[in-house]
Amino acid sequence: MRHHSLLFGSAFIAALALVAAEPADAAGTSIERVYGTYCVQCHGLKRNGTGINLPALSVKPRDHTDAKGMGTLPDDEIFKAIKDGGLAVNKSVLMPSWGGTLDDKQITEMVHYLRTVCKCGH
Amino acid sequence: MRTALPMLLGLLALAPLQAQAGGADLLKSQCAACHALSKPASTSIDSLWDRKAPDLYYAGDKFNRDWLVGWLQNPTPIRPAGYPYFKNIIEGPKHDEVDQSKLKPHVHLAKADAESVADALMALKPDGVVEKGLYKGGSVNMRMGAMTFDKFRGCVACHKGADGKGGFSGAELTDAGKRLQPDYIASFIKDPQKIDPHIWMPTLAMNDHSIQLLTGYLIQLSKQEKK
Repeated sequence: MRHHSLLFGSAFIAALALVAAEPADAAGTSIERVYGTYCVQCHGLKRNGTGINLPALSVKPRDHTDAKGMGTLPDDEIFKAIKDGGLAVNKSVLMPSWGGTLDDKQITEMVHYLRTVCKCGH
Repeated sequence: MRTALPMLLGLLALAPLQAQAGGADLLKSQCAACHALSKPASTSIDSLWDRKAPDLYYAGDKFNRDWLVGWLQNPTPIRPAGYPYFKNIIEGPKHDEVDQSKLKPHVHLAKADAESVADALMALKPDGVVEKGLYKGGSVNMRMGAMTFDKFRGCVACHKGADGKGGFSGAELTDAGKRLQPDYIASFIKDPQKIDPHIWMPTLAMNDHSIQLLTGYLIQLSKQEKK
């Protein structure tokens, strides 16, 4: 019986470790690096909409450092723009949907990060 | 003399096998330092930052052999900002620019080596990466294809298409149809994350009509463009 409970205990701890390990992969990458992998191609190293793809874009990407412009956007709209793309918030199709690439937790974290970039907390 | 002929025939029969083995050896010695030739045990955004070049473990389902043979002898840049793009960009006066000093030339191979490496690459076909038969073929409405590429889906934001015009962070697609197999193009458009987890190409939830149209457009574009 004691053996059983020991076994069960070990399995339980192993399961807990798995549960704990799962989000660690996503959370292990800093949000700055997530920005630097996906967003930077259009929004740029300066985060002001001057990425390397700018010459090919018919609409200038959002300037994330613009406290006034970013300040008018509620968190849920920024979340939706990232997850479902520009069209979902009546903006340009050139902002693609990142919901197939980033999970909700990462997108929420990105919204918080953008608030620090624009210095325009909500 | 009697024994010489069977020996010669035997050697001839062995020749293709030896060429293939040579290609596999070349892959290991020339390519493996930068390209993954087997599926990585795990993937993450951080592992993308450690990459020096695209994975090749599914090359046999990705590339056209003829293109490989030619390109390996005379490699020209496929990605204007190198790979991965985010490690080669610097701030510029108007927008970010490619840091040309970070772009390294690709190794050149002699014709015979290019042939054997192409054969070895074409043998890399793991199950489940590319959706076989996804591209149906048929006639292509090039005007709609161009509109979709440039405007409706905005592929041009990151990829160079017709006339070499377009963005810098994605692979150049002006001659994608020469370089890539149709089912690979279609599968990658459909779900890039399935083929290459965490890659910086977004998943655009396209319907089959758009996937067929864009794939057909890119194949046809390669036939029209001079490069």
